[in-house]
Amino acid sequence: MPLLVAVPLAGGFLMPLVGRLTGPRRAAAILPIVMAAGILVLALGLLFRSDPTPLTYWMGAWRFPVGISLVADGLSKLVLLVIAVISLLALLFSMDYMTRYTSPGLYYSLFMLMLAGMNGVVLAGDLFNLFVFLEIASIASYALVAFGTEADELEASFKYLVLGAIASVFVLVGIAIVYNVTGHLNLAKIAEVLRAGGGLTVPLYLAAAFFLMGFGLKAAMVPFHAWLPDAHPSAPAPISAMLSGVLIKACGVYVLCRLVFSVFGNHEAFGVILVVMGTLSMVLGALMATGQKDLKRLLAYSSISQVGYVVTAIGAGVVSFAWSTSEPALAAVAALALFGGFFHLVNHAIFKSLLFLCSGSVEHATGTRLLARLGGLGQRMPVTGWSLRAGALAISGVPPFGGFWSKLIIIVALVQAAALGHWAFYVPAVLAVAVAVVTLVYYAKVQRWVLGGEPSAATADAREAPLGMTVAMALLAVLSLASAAIIHPAVKQRLIDPATKVLTAQGAEASEVGVPAAALTEAADRRE
Amino acid sequence: MGGMSLIVKNITRLVAAFIALFGAYIVLYGHLTPGGGFAGGVILASALVLVVLAFGEEFSRQIFSHGAARVSDSAGALVFLLVGLSGYLAGAFFANFPDLLGTVGRLASAGTIPISNLAIGVKVGAGLFGVFLALALFRRRGERRSMEPDLEVFDTEARS
Amino acid sequence: MTLEMMPYLLAFVLLVIGLYAIVAKRNVIKVIVGLVIIQYATNLFLILVGYRRLAGEGAPVVPILTGPVSEAGRLAEQAVDPLPQALILTSIVIGLSVTALMVALAIRLYDRYGTFDTGRIRNLRG
Repeated sequence: MPLLVAVPLAGGFLMPLVGRLTGPRRAAAILPIVMAAGILVLALGLLFRSDPTPLTYWMGAWRFPVGISLVADGLSKLVLLVIAVISLLALLFSMDYMTRYTSPGLYYSLFMLMLAGMNGVVLAGDLFNLFVFLEIASIASYALVAFGTEADELEASFKYLVLGAIASVFVLVGIAIVYNVTGHLNLAKIAEVLRAGGGLTVPLYLAAAFFLMGFGLKAAMVPFHAWLPDAHPSAPAPISAMLSGVLIKACGVYVLCRLVFSVFGNHEAFGVILVVMGTLSMVLGALMATGQKDLKRLLAYSSISQVGYVVTAIGAGVVSFAWSTSEPALAAVAALALFGGFFHLVNHAIFKSLLFLCSGSVEHATGTRLLARLGGLGQRMPVTGWSLRAGALAISGVPPFGGFWSKLIIIVALVQAAALGHWAFYVPAVLAVAVAVVTLVYYAKVQRWVLGGEPSAATADAREAPLGMTVAMALLAVLSLASAAIIHPAVKQRLIDPATKVLTAQGAEASEVGVPAAALTEAADRRE
Repeated sequence: MGGMSLIVKNITRLVAAFIALFGAYIVLYGHLTPGGGFAGGVILASALVLVVLAFGEEFSRQIFSHGAARVSDSAGALVFLLVGLSGYLAGAFFANFPDLLGTVGRLASAGTIPISNLAIGVKVGAGLFGVFLALALFRRRGERRSMEPDLEVFDTEARS
Repeated sequence: MTLEMMPYLLAFVLLVIGLYAIVAKRNVIKVIVGLVIIQYATNLFLILVGYRRLAGEGAPVVPILTGPVSEAGRLAEQAVDPLPQALILTSIVIGLSVTALMVALAIRLYDRYGTFDTGRIRNLRG
């Protein structure tokens, strides 16, 4: 299992040497693609182990609770799989896209480092390694955003860097406080100590506040989202896909889940904050997206909005679970909300990467990102066109694409929570529906401007993208349709349920998948 | 960029080797005294930077060129990773073996840690030197998308 | 506010100063300095976290083994907690990397715009 981290690291270190040999040709991509494929195989292998207990790997043979561990439980496996798939496809796309830039060796090196960092974040079993891997991934992404060294990209990267560094510092302060209070860094051990100590004390609230701020910024939630609309458009397209589709989730949402559930315990205050932030992100992201003239900036705001969906769902799950000790009916709602949240996380990773890759293909062919100057690409670039349509439909929540199901489940969970007597939940539910409509509106706008209408001056001589790019886009488009299959109980059981069980069992290392959690998921199944 | 005055050149001639020696000492004794790979690597880098500043770019290129810095950088990182993978021989990733090759407190002790220290020292030294070269020597006004500064060095951490 | 809280207060004050520098200053270099201040404030906080009070009297010592091996037991009792120091080492390295990257970006920005003033560099507001 440490190979999941070691292989990309090796790739990162080797690539500068290889890159000097091959120069700005496509061949430079071969080694990273092989490595990414290997990672995907490993991640799938992890997923299909029949043993449901979390897989723990102790580095250096130092045991609990002193040693550094890599833990792969249900949630980690899910996110790992998403990372592996998206990064493989993004690398495939980069093969052709990066011929515009002069030093592909460095690009792949940074990409591999970012991949290693994200894998590490997802697998980390103790708090400080989480921080270290988070930093590796973040620093690699700061550098990747600035890769083209255009003026735009430099500013965006600088802003992203400053805000991201502040976030990391907050996280470190949070870690220091937690260590001060509990004396341990191992996530499972901290969970034990906090359970035994009974409840949260003031320093822990402070630590939680710092964590929320730091990881909220990494996850681009309102009000910490300011870096995203600048950073994502300026990065090269496959990097935008990785950033928006994976990095936000692996570094931001996943860690928040881990901390809120497994370490701090299900506290309703966190859930409420998450719901509020998530709802704000949903609404704000969607509203600002409608006014954008730049294709990638629109997609970036849309990311904020969709991640808001995920966070709202998870927050609702936390709150429901926290209240479910007094109202057992809420337990099923919690499971449903969590399921919707994770499902949407997977979906959005697929859709948003697809959309960003399409925008990269458009940019590659026409040289512009402004919607006003695009047009009529539907006939000229058929694969890109259909992939764009697929992605747009999927993310707006049109059946039978997967996006419809995940949004439906989130809304249903919210309404159920409201119907059980907590009227406040109607607000996010209504807003979620409204935002879904707005999403449809601005994606229709995208489709009309980019694909329909007459070819403009810039697009007159646009040709279809090279093979690597089209294959990647087509695969993602197929996946966006196929992700609807997660509804099917067999697939759901394999993919999402372990993640849900981990979070509702309230135990990080112990496989306390006891009767309550199983009953939760059963109830959720029945409700569908 | 030429060198500096004669006084600076003479002092550097005398001192740079000792700075490098001190850096090497910090690296090698990293498992016994404070310091270790990273701190020693920084000192080594500063010795190299001193040579560049005092003698000018062309002269220092003969001593340790940018290409050599890049190769040592990647090589150091790869050696570190190899050390980690070699831990598999003893049963786990990054396991520290051979167990206490020598008594605690002596130079040759603590298993694979000195090797990691050495790798990290080389990497950090070469990497920081590369950063210095990139920042100070590769600037051209209003250039197009050309040479990117040596950014892959930015994930060094001392895991010793 | 007892005397023992002073170092923690200092770390916090440094954090706030750094934040102020980042938010309120227009020069890019000052923003970089502010970020560096924040990072070191955090490192200071981490060191303070590792401070350990002794059961008897006498001050805690740094966790370096200066005598023979037999002293190791006594050192373990007397020494300050060494774990945060390892954390800080890593954190310093990370801070260095971020700073180096920021400086590189600042140089590129200067090449591009001829100025360090964030008011005139387009997107950098707030």
